Amino acid sequence: MSFLELKNITKRYGPLTAVGDVSLSVEKGEFVSLLGPSGCGKTTTLQMIAGFVEPSAGTIRLDGRDITRAKANSRGLGIVFQSYALFPHMTVFDNVSFGLEMQRVPKGERKPRVEEALSLVHLSPYAKRYPRELSGGQRQRVALARALVIRPPVLLLDEPLSNLDAKLREAMQFELREIQRKVGTTTVMVTHDQAEAFSISDRVVVMEAGRITQIDQPYRIYEHPETEFISRFVGKTNLLPGKVTTATGAGATVSLAGIAVPVEAAGLSVGETVTLCIRPEKLHLTVPTNGLLTGRVADRFFLGSQWLYHIDGPLGTLMVVTPNDGSTPAEQGATVGLEWSPSVVRVHRGAMAEAPDVALEVTG
Amino acid sequence: MSATVPEAAPAASGDETPERRFPTAPLFLSAPAVLLFAALVLIPLFLTALLSFNQFDYATGRTGGFTLEHYLSVLTDEYYLEIFLRTFRISALATVICVVIGVPEAYILSRMSNPWRSIFLLVILAPLLVSVVVRAFGWSMLLGPEGPVNAALMAFGIGRMRLLYTEGTVIVALVHVMLPFMVIPVWTSLQKLDPAVEQAALSFGASRGTAIVRVVAPQILPGILSGSLIVFGLSASAFAIPGLLGGRRLKMVATVVYDQYLSDLNWPMGAAVAALLLIANLIVMLTYHRLVEGHYRRRLG
Ligand SMILES: Nc1ncnc2c1ncn2[C@@H]1O[C@H](COP(=O)(O)OP(=O)(O)O)[C@@H](O)[C@H]1O
Ligand SMILES: [Mg+2]
Repeated sequence: MSFLELKNITKRYGPLTAVGDVSLSVEKGEFVSLLGPSGCGKTTTLQMIAGFVEPSAGTIRLDGRDITRAKANSRGLGIVFQSYALFPHMTVFDNVSFGLEMQRVPKGERKPRVEEALSLVHLSPYAKRYPRELSGGQRQRVALARALVIRPPVLLLDEPLSNLDAKLREAMQFELREIQRKVGTTTVMVTHDQAEAFSISDRVVVMEAGRITQIDQPYRIYEHPETEFISRFVGKTNLLPGKVTTATGAGATVSLAGIAVPVEAAGLSVGETVTLCIRPEKLHLTVPTNGLLTGRVADRFFLGSQWLYHIDGPLGTLMVVTPNDGSTPAEQGATVGLEWSPSVVRVHRGAMAEAPDVALEVTG
Repeated sequence: MSATVPEAAPAASGDETPERRFPTAPLFLSAPAVLLFAALVLIPLFLTALLSFNQFDYATGRTGGFTLEHYLSVLTDEYYLEIFLRTFRISALATVICVVIGVPEAYILSRMSNPWRSIFLLVILAPLLVSVVVRAFGWSMLLGPEGPVNAALMAFGIGRMRLLYTEGTVIVALVHVMLPFMVIPVWTSLQKLDPAVEQAALSFGASRGTAIVRVVAPQILPGILSGSLIVFGLSASAFAIPGLLGGRRLKMVATVVYDQYLSDLNWPMGAAVAALLLIANLIVMLTYHRLVEGHYRRRLG
C-alpha cells in the first residue's frame, strides 16, 4: 500500500475535463514531479491533493486514510505556492511559526522548531525581516521553511522555482532536493520545466491534456518516451517518418525517404507507418564515407559545454549535439557523415503528428 | 525611501534640452488641477477663514474688523459643544457600523463568481446615483408617523414609535448613504490580495475565521482605514441627512452652520463654526491615520 494514492481522480469544470482519470501512487519519502505543458491540469491535481479543489470523481488516500472529501485545513499537508503566498504583515519568524501556532504547539517548543527550520534553509539571520524586505530566492526559502516546520506527511510544491532567475533556479533545485533528502518528506512537485523535474525527482509523471501519459524514472522517460508527444516535450529530438520494410522478431528495417535504417523494436509488421525518434546527442559526426547518411552543416551553435549542429541531408534538417571535448568543430558548410547505433532509435507506431513545434517553449 | 530613488535616467533619445523640459512638463500638466483646486477649494476656504474673524452686530450686520469673539463663544458655549460632541459621536458610530457591515460585504462580494459579482457591485453602487436628498426623504417617509414602519409596528400591537428626529435614525440613514464609500476601498484592497495567501493559512490548519482575522484582515487594513476616513469625514460634515431626518431637534454641525448663515444671518459665526469643524475633523482623521497606519507601515509598505 503506497503512502499517497490517487485513484481515478477526475475534475470537470462544466464541459472541460481539467483532470481526467488520474491514478498515481507515491511511496513514503519519494520525490515525484508532475510534468506537463501549461494548462494540462498539474495545478488542479495538486490542489485536489491539498483539498482546495474537490474532485468530481475518484479517491485520494493518505497513509491508508481516505481524505478525498477532507477539509484542506484538516489535512496537515505542507504547501509551497507558486506565488509563495507569504503573510506580508508578519515577520519571517512569525510566518514560519504560524503553522505551529495553528497546531497548538506550546510556545516554548515553537521557537526552537522555527529556528531549526530557518537554519535548514539558511535564513536564520533574516528571522526579523518582513517578506517584502527579502529577495525572491529568500522568499522561496521562507515558503519552504514554513511548509516543512509543521512536519507534514506530504510536501506539495507548485512550480516552486518558476519565479526565480535561471541561475538561482538551478542552485535552488539542488538545494531543494538536498533539503528533501535530509528531512525525508514525501514530496509532490508540479513543474513545466523538464530540466527541473528530471534533475531532482525520483519519478516523473508526464501529463498531457489532463491525463497521465507516462510515469517513470527521469532517465527512462528521456530514453524511452512512450509517446511521440513525450519525446517532443522532453528534451530535443529528431522525429523521422518512415515505413517498415522488413521485420524479424526483435528487429526491423525502416525505410526513411529511401534510406534503410535498422531499428531494435519487436512486433512491427511490414508496411506499417512509424515515426523514428533519435536524440541529437545520440547522433555522431564522422567522415562522409563512414556514415549511415551524409549531410551538410547548415548551422552550428556553441552552447559552452556542447556544440549544436543543424545538418541538412536527405531526411531534412537533423539536430546533432556533440560534447565540446576541445577538438576542432565541423565547419559551417562542410559535408559530414552521420552515424548512430540502432539501439538508440525509438520507434513510435503511427504517423507523425501535424504540428511539430507544440512544446518548443518548454524544451529548456 | 527617497534616498534610494535612482537618479533620473539620462534621456536616451536625441533630445537637445532634456534638463529644461523635465521640470516644466509636470508643472504644466498639473496646472489645470492646481488652478481648479485653488479656485474652488483654497480661495473659498481662505475667505471663510477671513470671514470668521469679522465682527458682527445684529443691528448692523457684518462690520469687518478683527475679533476672536466667535471662536470664543463657540468654544465656551455648552450648546455648541454638545452639537460638536453629538456630531462626532454620530459620525463615529456610523463609521463603526459601516466597517462592521461594509467589510464583510466587500469580502463576500470578492468571493462571488462573475455574473453575480457584477450584479451585486451594481446594487451596492446604485444608491450613489440617487440624490442624498431623495434618499433622506425616502427614509423620512418610511419612518414617519404614518409610514409603513409605524403601520407595521401598530399591526403587531407594539404601538406607534417616534422614529424621526432621533440619533438612531440619523445614524441608520448615514450608514445607508456612506456604505459604498466603505465597500469600494475595501473591495479594492481585496482585489489586490493574493488568494493563495488565505489558502496558505488554511493549509496550516487555520479555520476560516482564523484565516480571515489573522491573514486577510491585516492586509486589507489600508482599505478599511481609507474607507473609515472617508465615511467619518463625510458624516461629520453631512448636511442633508441631519437636516431632513434630525429636524430642528437634532442638530449637527453642518446644520448649525446653515442656521447661522441663513436664519441668524450671522455669517462670521457660521464661518467660525465651519472652520472649527474643519479643524476638529482634521485632528480626528490625522490621529486615526497615525494610529492605524503607523502600526502597519513597515509591514505592508
Ligand atoms: N476554477 C476553474 N474553473 C474553470 N476552469 C479551470 C479552473 N481551474 C483550472 N481550470 C482549467 O483547467 C485546466 C488545467 O488548469 P491547471 O491545473 O491550472 O493547469 P496547469 O497547472 O497544468 O497549468 C486549464 O484549462 C484551466 O483553464
Ligand atoms: Mg499551474
